[in-house]
Amino acid sequence: MSNKMKEILLRPVFNENPIALQILGICSALAVTSSLKVTSVMCICLTVVAAVSSMLVSLIRNQIPGSIRIIVQMTIIASVVILVDQILKAVAYDISKQLSVFVGLIITNCIVMGRAEGFAMKNPPVDSFLDGIGNGLGYSVILLALAFVRELFGSGTLYGFEVLPIATNGGWYVPNGMLLLPPSAFFLIGLFIWGLRAWKKSQVEAPDFKIAANTPKGETA
Amino acid sequence: MANNDSTSNTIRVALALCVVCSVIVSTAAVLLRPAQQVNKDLDRKTNILAAAGMLEKGDDVLAKFATIKTKAVDLTTGKFTDSLDLGTYNQRKAAKDPALSIDLGDDDIAKIGRLPKYMIVYVVEGVSGLEKIILPIKGYGLWSTLYGFVALESDLNTVAGLGFYEHAETPGLGGEVDNPTWKAQWIGKKSYDSNRKQALTVIKGKVDSSRPQSVHEIDGLSGATITSKGVDNLIKFWMGENGFAPFLTNLRSGEA
Repeated sequence: MSNKMKEILLRPVFNENPIALQILGICSALAVTSSLKVTSVMCICLTVVAAVSSMLVSLIRNQIPGSIRIIVQMTIIASVVILVDQILKAVAYDISKQLSVFVGLIITNCIVMGRAEGFAMKNPPVDSFLDGIGNGLGYSVILLALAFVRELFGSGTLYGFEVLPIATNGGWYVPNGMLLLPPSAFFLIGLFIWGLRAWKKSQVEAPDFKIAANTPKGETA
Repeated sequence: MANNDSTSNTIRVALALCVVCSVIVSTAAVLLRPAQQVNKDLDRKTNILAAAGMLEKGDDVLAKFATIKTKAVDLTTGKFTDSLDLGTYNQRKAAKDPALSIDLGDDDIAKIGRLPKYMIVYVVEGVSGLEKIILPIKGYGLWSTLYGFVALESDLNTVAGLGFYEHAETPGLGGEVDNPTWKAQWIGKKSYDSNRKQALTVIKGKVDSSRPQSVHEIDGLSGATITSKGVDNLIKFWMGENGFAPFLTNLRSGEA
């Protein structure tokens, strides 16, 4: 694998993470991260959809008329998502039931749309495929980290196996129910972004404006 | 590239894409339908057994299900009926068929629109006769219609279990109707009070077990007020006069 391909594949994981840097795809990051098992399946689905739809968009990028390009991308993404949803219903019925509408909502996931429009329209199919995988991985890293914390401290389990014995079942751990509610993912994503930007200083955004002091300079109160 | 944006090319690309995509999607849907049906059927039977509290880990669902009798109930008379072909009868289709269903009008607290005249119930019989009866229930929550079963003990009053097998409520909030701890509360609750009036209800917040009526009350789901209200409505409907109450009365007096 050439260096350029490696760069395309790995850059979105930490350096240009779609959730942490671009703040895209937050909705599903809040919704499906209360259990690791469901999150893993969601991550696989999104990665597959992002990769395949980017590749397909890239394949026909020279034929797509500019005026309808977003609709064309949407149609391709929607078809891939429906395929994934149907396959999930046929082979992993329980999990597809838990994910319910969220697999369908991958259609509107900003990461998939963003990569189709921002990368696949200008790059060859193999690169676009890798870019889709890379962005899927970037999404997965954050989601799995969130799900790890939320499931461990929210229900005392990991992948459904009891790790911290819960008080109601005779153990000592009292689960933090707030971690199972969507807002907790906001706090965790915030902490994750903080951590990432402390590590990679280049991701810190320049302030849009300075907060002015109450007393203008030069004047004395 | 130059003539990509011409009207004829735009229409051509749009048409070709739509045809290709629709062929792929519909092929997948048709090819995968048998596998999905098997899963759905297995899931439904698992839910019927789980609602009745008859399912233990590692059980063969299909073998166990074979011991349960499937019967049709005519809701208009409140009695069992033999005039129905159980193999071909589709309860959901019947609910849309004016010949096989009743428009509920203002009595529609569970927001189900039309009520099928015939409902399929599942009877568990032991050596001493009826042990449990499993009744189908459905009603509207926040986003979706919840489909499920409620099982009653042989006194036709004590709840033996409740479960939903299909809904699209918010995971983590309304989706908690699938939570085993929440479902376990239903077991042992009484559906009817001493005057044989429907009394089972989902309340807001936690049930105070010191109150005498707590035997009819279930905790609401926190963060899911509308789903809880939906479950409350559907249990009131199906246990009430428009639902299974006349049938249960007949069954109790041995006239079903």
